[in-house]
Amino acid sequence: MAATASMMQSFGPNLSAQNDLVPDWTRTEVSTGTTIMAVEYDGGVVIGADSRTTTGAYIANRVTDKLTPIHDRIFCCRSGSAADTQAIADVVAYQLGFHSIELDEPPLVETAAHLFKASCYRYREELTAGILVAGWDRRRGGQVYCVPIGGMLVRQPVSVGGSGSTYIYGFMDSNYKPSMSKEQCLELTATALTLAMERDGSSGGVVRLASISEDGVERRVILGNQLPKISTH
Amino acid sequence: ANKVGCSLPSARKTGTTICGIVFKGGVVLGADTRATEGMVVADKNCSKIHYISPNIYCCGAGTAADTEMTTQLISSNLELHALSTGRLPRVATANRMLKQMLFRYQGYIGAALVLGGIDCNGPHLYSIYPHGSTDKLPYVTMGSGSLAAMAVFEDRYKPDMEEEEAKQLVRDAIAAGIFNDLGSGSNIDLCVISKSKVDYLRPHDEANKKGVRTGDYKYKRGTTGVLTKVVAPLDLEVVEETIQTMDTS
Repeated sequence: MAATASMMQSFGPNLSAQNDLVPDWTRTEVSTGTTIMAVEYDGGVVIGADSRTTTGAYIANRVTDKLTPIHDRIFCCRSGSAADTQAIADVVAYQLGFHSIELDEPPLVETAAHLFKASCYRYREELTAGILVAGWDRRRGGQVYCVPIGGMLVRQPVSVGGSGSTYIYGFMDSNYKPSMSKEQCLELTATALTLAMERDGSSGGVVRLASISEDGVERRVILGNQLPKISTH
Repeated sequence: ANKVGCSLPSARKTGTTICGIVFKGGVVLGADTRATEGMVVADKNCSKIHYISPNIYCCGAGTAADTEMTTQLISSNLELHALSTGRLPRVATANRMLKQMLFRYQGYIGAALVLGGIDCNGPHLYSIYPHGSTDKLPYVTMGSGSLAAMAVFEDRYKPDMEEEEAKQLVRDAIAAGIFNDLGSGSNIDLCVISKSKVDYLRPHDEANKKGVRTGDYKYKRGTTGVLTKVVAPLDLEVVEETIQTMDTS
């Protein structure tokens, strides 16, 4: 029908209440509001994330896993658009897996980070993705690389990302010290994420942690009632 | 848009409540049956649970044409894929095919799906959004009535439920959507997928049966006087006869 052709261009993800029966949040893109964090220690890295995915004001998934494996000892923490980051992570995981088979060697974290950068920078106008790449390799041990929106790449000993990160820069700057142990890093990450989740509406749920080292990946979950207690007036 | 006269019809959307849960022996998918065109009900009994493969079904919310065509395309590709691999298709494969297609269209294909099925690795349930993000969860709801349905799930969901309990929970979740959301209505369809069988229960619950009219506006023959009558028989050959019933009650 000729009428249908003209309708197609008007429908789009950003169109506001054309249809009263379908509320706003069904049309908004799914976003991992998020707080993510990654810390290097001698022998590996600790990564952490909250678990909230939102569509507007509705929480689409309250137990999201934003710590996505890219390879055996390389993970990424995803923030921004859920669709964009899932798609990028799938592409990079494929590329890295292929590269690793070609080399017949475990891939470098730096390589994974560069693959992320390549996708995020090339399609920077179309994507909304803030990613932390973290892992362990034989050459340089534990490493954290930050690939924020726009496609920059920089290695940092500790990095935070997502909408909730703004609330914990001060905490991170004052409490991170070089040469911390794995346990101290886990504690720092858990506390930092708790603080961010407390203040940021788009972050919440449970705290997911993972530590990556030569021996492997250790994952744990801290439920709401087990979070570190923070005193507020 | 013209202020006077008849405006162009808007794209038909399934306002919708759809949901799914994982229970002890498999998955249960549920859906309402109302399709809307703006504020008007276009179809009082449309089918929102689509076939993907013998062991995988998919509920669709959003633009009706998009959900129909997307699920049919992936169903077709999955059948070819299964013939190529020689194996029963996995839910994760269907999920990946759907998310990669929807991401490619950057959200312009308005299909929000609840994908469920059982394969060699057990029962699986995914929710898939129009922009191409997916979540793998034990219980999901989608559509305009999803908040009402999710409220029921968050209250009563338990892991490893029995089939009857699971069916009742899904039925109640869809009912919550039907009665509390204007975009959802009519009947409740269920699809129970387990290792041994698939029960496509359409309808499972006719929650909104049309009432019987008490009055009648028909005029008796002879009310209007006939002045002339001309009968012109047409010589037709019956090639095919199909009957499509219409609700004239």
